[in-house]
Amino acid sequence: MLDRINKAQRDIDAACEILGRQINIMEVCGTHTVSIFRNGIRSILPSNLKLLSGPGCPVCVTGQGYIDAVLQLADRDDCLIATYGDMIRVPGKDGSLEIKQAKANIKIVLSSEDALQLAKDNPDKTVVFVAVGFETTAPATSVVVKEAAAGSVENFCILSGHKLVVPAMRALLSEKNHNINAFLCPGHVSAIIGYGAFAEIVEDFSRPCVVAGFEPVQIIEGLCEICRQLSAGKAELKSMYFAVVTEKGNIAAQQIIDECFEPVDGYWRGLGEIQKSTLKLKDKYAQFDAFRRFSISEEPSEEIKGCRCGEVLCGLIEPPECGLFGRDCTPQEPVGPCMVSSEGACAAWFKYGREKRRKL
Amino acid sequence: MDDLIRQHILPSLKNDALDELGDSARLNVASNSLCFTTDSYVVKPLFFNGGDIGKLAVCGTVNDLAVAGSKPVALALSLIIEDGFEIELLDKILANIGETARQSNVDIVTGDTKTVESGAADRIFINTAGIGVRLAGVDLGFDKIAVGDKIMINGTIGDHGMTIISQREELKFQSQLKSDCASLTGLICELLENTSGIKFMRDPTRGGLAATLNEIARSTALSVEIRETDIPVRPAVQAAADMLGFDVLTIANEGKFVAVVSPESTDDCLKICRNHPLGKEAKIIGEVVETRDVPLVEIETRIGGKRIVQMPYGRELPRIC
Ligand code: SF4
Ligand code: SF4
Repeated sequence: MLDRINKAQRDIDAACEILGRQINIMEVCGTHTVSIFRNGIRSILPSNLKLLSGPGCPVCVTGQGYIDAVLQLADRDDCLIATYGDMIRVPGKDGSLEIKQAKANIKIVLSSEDALQLAKDNPDKTVVFVAVGFETTAPATSVVVKEAAAGSVENFCILSGHKLVVPAMRALLSEKNHNINAFLCPGHVSAIIGYGAFAEIVEDFSRPCVVAGFEPVQIIEGLCEICRQLSAGKAELKSMYFAVVTEKGNIAAQQIIDECFEPVDGYWRGLGEIQKSTLKLKDKYAQFDAFRRFSISEEPSEEIKGCRCGEVLCGLIEPPECGLFGRDCTPQEPVGPCMVSSEGACAAWFKYGREKRRKL
Repeated sequence: MDDLIRQHILPSLKNDALDELGDSARLNVASNSLCFTTDSYVVKPLFFNGGDIGKLAVCGTVNDLAVAGSKPVALALSLIIEDGFEIELLDKILANIGETARQSNVDIVTGDTKTVESGAADRIFINTAGIGVRLAGVDLGFDKIAVGDKIMINGTIGDHGMTIISQREELKFQSQLKSDCASLTGLICELLENTSGIKFMRDPTRGGLAATLNEIARSTALSVEIRETDIPVRPAVQAAADMLGFDVLTIANEGKFVAVVSPESTDDCLKICRNHPLGKEAKIIGEVVETRDVPLVEIETRIGGKRIVQMPYGRELPRIC
């Protein structure tokens, strides 16, 4: 394995020397972010190659309005909130789920199935599943919605905050002052949607898109492929995650998402509203849609004061450039979601960065 | 209560001082330089692969005494038992306490038992306190640590913590994991009595290796560099940690010590360790280095990159994907 790493590293060095200028590669997957930091990958890259941690963490990209909607439901005595653990500490307008957890109507679940089970076990409450995540978690949510419909589990519903990766990539590249030269594409998401889904990015924006796995050697080889393309003046679509990702992806998973959801315009933290980027339950499943059941909506809400998560997510600044980083905002007392989630860029910088406040 | 003591506790723990059932135990200790420590045990589950709360309660306290450079001589044992706790389980726990104390060459000389109403405790809580006699000529402390000293560990990390966590989470491969819970007094005394280069020792329990190394860096103002490839980790432990999103460096151990050793005596120390059942996989995993800006623990990763190892913080939450 070290041989492969060394070779890729030499090729990266050579390509970056030819390029001469600053190169920015964005990863849009939380697991990539964590693996990059944990393995110290940035520390072995040439100085003109920079990695940006983009909107790859489902917790981080979720809009403030969505969080406030969850908190609003958590205040109701007739609801049980079923959520993935990472979500409970995200700060909202007034407090976080964790603070409200004292009320005991907030349950951490490991899967959507657990949430449905919770509904079956508590027939006198309405269980609201906080359904966040990209194309990777959407199929599992679809499965339980269908199960709930088939088994008439009427006290179950979901608050869909599911997001789609490709529209976000388009939005990033459509910003005037973006600085992204290429994307390291997410492994799990690609397994579902297929690497073919990134073809439009390559065609419309001529940016290399390379899918890679999560092992350090896979990430480094992915970066190497990107550098090779850039130094040759090319932009191509390529998957290096052969064992798992195919061009068309997992058709069955795509179908079940299609059956339950339709893409609508939705809010992303930092990126604002993005066309057809968020999954909404189709009308035939309206009764399982918490937004409709409780007549609430995701209001575009004010971002947290002083928190620069939005700019972090767009790759415009690195976390230590945020004035709150490491002093007022730490994993124990997070101000913004990027410090809450274990896959958030700020949390990763804090945990693995060499100096808490500045350099890596 | 008297029945409980006479029929269940005394038979398991049998020794002269305890059998007197006095208000205090009288000890004859031929030294005026002692170590004294206490700890409480509330582990869940009570029984786990490789040990139980009783074994843990003895090992934890004798290990604390040993890493301070002392030989344990006496323990106190207090049990807080929730009403309704099964007597067979209590017997099992007591038997393990007795067995582990014997193995550690230490008597339980005094104790206390309280039963509390149901709901006031979670089945059983144990507190142990221990006295140790400091080994002659042994003086360990942060102030002895110098640049160039080596960091040694007596075996694999993360076994205890991952066993407990995966048993709690009911992971499929929990049967492949086994706590390293063990009394280290024998090995540590042998090391301290036969070598002279050990500067400091600590058992990396809560917070794991990461916490212990960070304490060293903080207290000495020096930095520590370790190498990922040199740190022994069992594959099943690594797999469980990866799956649940934990960093093994932060996971608790109950049968491990970290020793800071002068470079000249590393060979002797390793030799003694490797001849002992609890030190077969002993390794030098890194060294103490000058501090560049702030005292830090840094790790060289498998791929030759570098990153810091933070003092563990917060509670790790299940990940979304
Ligand atoms: S690919 Fe997997 S790990 Fe990465 S962001 Fe998507 S869901 Fe999370
Ligand atoms: S450091 Fe905290 S406040 Fe600043 S951007 Fe990150 S999460 Fe937001």
